[in-house]
Order: sequence, then C-alpha cells, then structure tokens
Amino acid sequence: MAVYILKRLGLALLVALTVSFISFSLLFMAGDPAVAIAGENASSEDIALVNERFGFDRPMIVQYGDWLGSALTGDLGRSWYFDMSVTDLIADRLTVTMKLGLFAITLALAVAIPLGVAAAANPNSLIDRFALFLSVVGQAIPSFWFGLILIIVFSINLRLLPASGNETWQHFVLPTIVLGYYATPAIMRLTRAGMMEVLSSDYIRTARAKGLRTRKVMFKHALRNAIIPVVSLAAVQMGFMLGGSIVVETVFALHGAGYLAWESIARNDLPTMQALILIFSTFYILFTFLADVLNAWLDPRLRVG
Amino acid sequence: MTLKNLMTGTALGLLAAAPAFADKADDTLRLAFTKELESVDTYFNSAREGILFTRGVWDALLFRDPISGEISGNLATEWTWIDDVTVEFKLREGVTFHNGEVFNADDVVYTVNFVTNPDNGIKVMTNVNWMKSAEKVDGNTVRINLNAPFPPAEEYLASVVVMYPDEYYAEVGPTGMNANPVGTGPYKVDMVEAGKLYELSLNENYHDSPKGKGEIGKIEVKTIPDMNTQVAELFNGGLDFLWNVPADQAEKLAEMDDRFDVVNAQAMRIGYITMDAQGAADPDGPMTKKAVRQAIYHAVDRQAIVNALVKGSSEVVNAGCAPIQFGCDLSVTTYDYDPEKAKALLAEAGYPDGFEIDFYAYRDRPYAEAMMGFLNAVGIKTNFNYLQYAALREKRTKDEVAISFQTWGSYSLPDVSAITGEFFTGGDLDDAHDPEIIEWVKEAGSITDRAKREELYSKAHAKIAEEAYWVPLWTYNVNYVLSKELDFTPTDDEVIRFADFAWK
Repeated sequence: MAVYILKRLGLALLVALTVSFISFSLLFMAGDPAVAIAGENASSEDIALVNERFGFDRPMIVQYGDWLGSALTGDLGRSWYFDMSVTDLIADRLTVTMKLGLFAITLALAVAIPLGVAAAANPNSLIDRFALFLSVVGQAIPSFWFGLILIIVFSINLRLLPASGNETWQHFVLPTIVLGYYATPAIMRLTRAGMMEVLSSDYIRTARAKGLRTRKVMFKHALRNAIIPVVSLAAVQMGFMLGGSIVVETVFALHGAGYLAWESIARNDLPTMQALILIFSTFYILFTFLADVLNAWLDPRLRVG
Repeated sequence: MTLKNLMTGTALGLLAAAPAFADKADDTLRLAFTKELESVDTYFNSAREGILFTRGVWDALLFRDPISGEISGNLATEWTWIDDVTVEFKLREGVTFHNGEVFNADDVVYTVNFVTNPDNGIKVMTNVNWMKSAEKVDGNTVRINLNAPFPPAEEYLASVVVMYPDEYYAEVGPTGMNANPVGTGPYKVDMVEAGKLYELSLNENYHDSPKGKGEIGKIEVKTIPDMNTQVAELFNGGLDFLWNVPADQAEKLAEMDDRFDVVNAQAMRIGYITMDAQGAADPDGPMTKKAVRQAIYHAVDRQAIVNALVKGSSEVVNAGCAPIQFGCDLSVTTYDYDPEKAKALLAEAGYPDGFEIDFYAYRDRPYAEAMMGFLNAVGIKTNFNYLQYAALREKRTKDEVAISFQTWGSYSLPDVSAITGEFFTGGDLDDAHDPEIIEWVKEAGSITDRAKREELYSKAHAKIAEEAYWVPLWTYNVNYVLSKELDFTPTDDEVIRFADFAWK
C-alpha cells in the first residue's frame, strides 16, 4: 500500500507541474498580457509602458522560470489586476468555493446514493421512474436558469433566502441546491447501474439464498462493490465543483475562486490565474488520489496495480 | 434573441407577481457593478466603474458642467494660462481631505509630479503625460507645466486629474490608497473589500463645489456579476439602482412602470467598422480599394441594427466621433443603405462575385452578426472571428486584421482628440495611415486656437468619410433603472455622479 501511495503521489506532482506550464503558455497565446492589463481604453503608449514594467518582452520560458522559482518558495506574487498579494486575494475566495463544493457534493451524495439504490432494488417501479425523471431534468436544466428560478421563488416571492452574497449560511442554501442538483444525475445513474449489475451476480444470489436480510444484502454486500466507480466519479465531480462552479458563483454573486479564475483569464491576471490553477490541480489530484486509496481499501484487488 | 435571453425573459415574467419594497428609510443608496473593480486608487485603474468611484471620492482642480459643457473651478477658484504650456491656479482655501489633512499647493505639486513620473507606473499614462511638472508659487498658488500645447488640458484637469493628499499618499502609497482611499470629494470611503464591496458616506464638510453637496447619506456599491441577479435584487429591495441594463431587460422593466423608472441616455462610446485601407494585412486586399470600402458602407443598414438591437437613444453617426465631442463635424459625405449600389461598387472594384474575408469583433456579438448578414447579402462572404479584446488588439497591431468591428468610449472626454487623435495619427491602430489626415489631426492636437482646431478636424473627418476609411455606426446608450423613490437624471457621458442622487 505504501509503494502504491508513493507512486501515485509522484505522478500527481508531475501532473501539477505540467498543468501549470501548459496554463502559463496558453495565457500567453490568448493575447498580449500587456493589452489585457492596460485595459480596453488604453492607448498604445500605455501598453508599451506596461510591457516595459512587467518585462513581457522576455522569453516566455524565462518568465515561467521566474514564476516557478518564487512559487516554490511559497511566494505566489501579486495580482496584476487588484494590486494585492495573491495569497491574500485567494484565501478568502477559496474558502467560499470550498464551502460551496463540500455542501454541494454532500447534498448530491445524500440524494443520489439512496435514490440510486432504491431505484435499482425496484426496477421500473414508481421510485425508479421518479429517479429517472429527476436525473433527466437535472441534466437538462442549465444551472444559471435553475438558479434564477430559485431566486425568484425563494428570494423574491417567498423572501426566505438571500439572492446574492456570501455573508451567512443562508447565502449558501440556493447555490448548494443548484450545484448539488447538477452533480446528482450522474452519481445516481451510476449507482443505479452498478447496483443493478451487482444485484444480478451470483454472490448476491448466494447471500440471499443464505437467508440474509435484504438490507444487509443491499448495503453490506452489493453497495460496497457497486460504489467503487461512484467514489471515483464523486472525486472528479468535487474537483470540478471547486474549479468549475463559475456559473453558480456568478449567478449568486458569491465571489468564489471559480469566478475569480474565470475573470482572471479575461484580465490576463497571470499570477492569480497560475496560483489558482496550481491550487485547483492540486485539489483535483488530491481528490482522485483519495478516491484511488478509498477504492483500494474497498476493493483489495486494486492494490496490486 | 439568444436562448439565454429568452429563458431570462420567462424568468423575469414570473417576477411580475412579486411585491416591491425598496425604501429610503435607512438613507442608503444601493447599487451594483457587474465588474470587479481593480485597484480603487484612481490612477491605477482604467475601468468605467473606477471613473464613477473617482468622481465621488476625489476632486479635480476644475469642473466641467456635464450639461452646459462649461468649465468652472472646483479645487481651484481661478486659473490663468501664462503661456501655451503653463497654467497657474489659485487654490480654494479651507478645503480638507477626508482624513483632516488641509488641501494646499503641496498636494497639487505632489500629485502631479507623482503621476507624471513613469517610474510610478500609473495605469493610464495618457491621462497625465501631457503634463511635465507642477511647481508651488505660494501656499495657495501652483503652476502646472505642460510638455507641449495640449488643447483639451482643461477637460482633463476637470475630470481625470484628481488631487491626492501628499502626506497621506507619501506614507501609504498606491497600496494604502487602494485599501483606504482618502480624497476631498462629496463622499468619503468607509470600507473597501477588493472587488466585492465599497461603502461610502456623505462628506459633511464638503466645500462649496460645483459638484453639489450630495444628499444621500450612504452609498453601498456591490459587485454582482450577473445582470439577472441584479434585477432580482432590485425586486427584493436589495438594490435601488441599476445601470448598463441590456435593452431587452430594460424594456421588460419599463413595462412595470408603477415600480421602477427606466431612463435611457446616450454614452460617448461609438461603434465603427475599421478597414485595412493601407494594405498592412494584405497589400492587394480588397480593403485597399476605396470602392470596396464604400460598398461596405452602403451594404450595412445601420439604422435597422439600431432599431432592432441597439435601441434606446442610440443614433446612427456619419462621422467617427460622438456628436457631443468638440470637433465632431457630422456634415460629411454619407452613404445610404443601398445594397444594389454596394454590388455595383464591388463589381467596379473588380469583385463582381464578391469575395471572402475574415471579420473580427470583440463585443456585442449580435450586432457583429447582423453586420455580417448585410455583408453576405451583397456577396462579401465573412468568416466570423470573435476574440477577447486583448487578442484582437494584438492581432491588429501585428497587421493581421483586414476588417473589424470596434468601439471606443473616448474616456468620456468631450473632445475628438480622444478618438480621432488616437486612431488617425499613424499609430499601431491607424488602418488608413493617410499622411494628410495624420498631419491635420496632429496639428489640431497641438494648438489651442479653437476655430483652427475645428477647421482641421472637419477636414480630417471629411476625408475619412470621403475615403470610407471607417464605417461609423452608432452611438451607444445606457439604460438606468431606478427605484421609484430615487431621483436621478443621467448625463450623456455615462458618468454617474453620486452627488446627483436624491430621494424623492
């Protein structure tokens, strides 16, 4: 197990480094950073001055080396856009996004797994149909629209919850529902499919034949096997939610890291962007790694690889 | 109408049932920016949101009345041009900064010398680099020296060149000013949370400024990136004022006239198509031919696009400038919408079957697509390239763009030097490189004789139209949505002055 974990970690580090290099080059390809920094109203003269100040005329690889050098010593630089330390800037935003991501994935798992299991246990029943309906609707509704509808109902008509901001826990209720619902269908369908497959296998028949109670068969024997792909998917979803909850953060004006990342691309705010990419990819890698470890624990056969 | 707009429309329809309860009880005006404002230190941001903030918090030496255009004193009470490059100001006495520091000649000298020093790296250098330095004559008299005669100097001194407290700024620098801004303006800053929230309160000690004292006690500015959420907050009473509301949403809100007022005003921004007449992108390309450029002008039904998409108080312009700008002569050659004539001109230029070309844009996609539709109709097959502003600008400076849809807001400066002077003086973004025009526009930008300047700009605009270097499109407009309790009249320069707000 230790060798397995070390190998995985080494690989993870390489992935993080590659991602940071690629993103750095992509930002340079996306347009002159000096133009983005100087802003839409800048004259050519302003742009030339920015170029000189930030040294964008140096080879890209040298600039990347500079960035990496400071990043490795823990200095993520200053945001070109906000003129403040990147660490200070993103600490606060990251907390918001992590809260939202954790709430949303918890909600998604809490809804999707029981519903998936119930649907698989009673195929073609009313509950199965309901689960199917819920997942089709979940996949079809665009998040921004669902968010707006929730705002209209709960925030404007019922006046129960705030529409924008991130000050209190109430501010997170609607975004959590939107983001959680977005992740629910995939997890539910995968749970259902996995359970269906496992339930028709020989060892389940044996377990039932032994006279075990249905609950024990379902949760101890079937779910443990069926959930392996779900764990991997949930990890990917969680990674996605941390980096990709842009739409939800925008609609609810949450001021999270996803929105900051998205905006930083448009502003070519390289230091902020690079720091966020490094953090997002680290999280992503960490979650997939945890999922691998969890799966290896769930299924001893995986530890061989 | 995009799918997103359609769905938003349905969502807004549902809102009609909800009650509204914005109130003035807590004397706080709440508004939102869609954009996260960069540094709030005015010299370190270039955004329109920054201009709004600046006008509320800081003061300039002069003031320009947005309606009459007249310039009067603000932090200065009198000013005299000693010669073309020296102007002397008598400063207003008894003015204090929000932190209690007394305003005097040292503040002016410090501010001007700080911002004009390139080492300090302020963001929009062109706002200040026409000044050479400032020197103190006595405690309340100061002189600003220019590098060369600069006709719109007073416009700049009445808007973008605001005065900072020398002792405070020397101590805290741009970073400190960004965290705790201190000015002399009608509102003082209580709190700044970068990119998220700004809280201002009325400056009770505000001097007798032409800006007016301001009536509303507190102003809260949040960043809410999605306009739909802003609309929701307006319904909730969470916001009292929206600006830059898209035309389709403004129309829907206007229907609910018992609850909101929707006001539309022109902006100084104009749209235009620029074409590679000089042949930098393609020396023998179709854009180098005058008949082709004129054909493009005839091919696009600008009025139809204004009626259907741009809407509001926007109007078609025939010269490449905003009508309210000094030197914007609109009596130039015009080209009616006439697709047949366009086809004839294309044939005359040697393209009887039209041609294929890359068409670039960076904003207002529906407008760009409408223009392409008109071009396709006369046989010009356009391949659409929709890029980020920075990417398109880079491509243009590398001479890779033959035709593009652009816009320009002239920093809200009511003088064509801010647009014609920017794009027709032989720089990177000058697609014409017409030596005559370069000479006229450069001369007009360096003399102070108003009549002579007007004459030179007229000549330039006449030739730009005659040669069809640009297809000027329309002025932009801004929709403001106000709660019924709020009194506010927008001006035609898209500058929102917090001191102009009042409760009804």
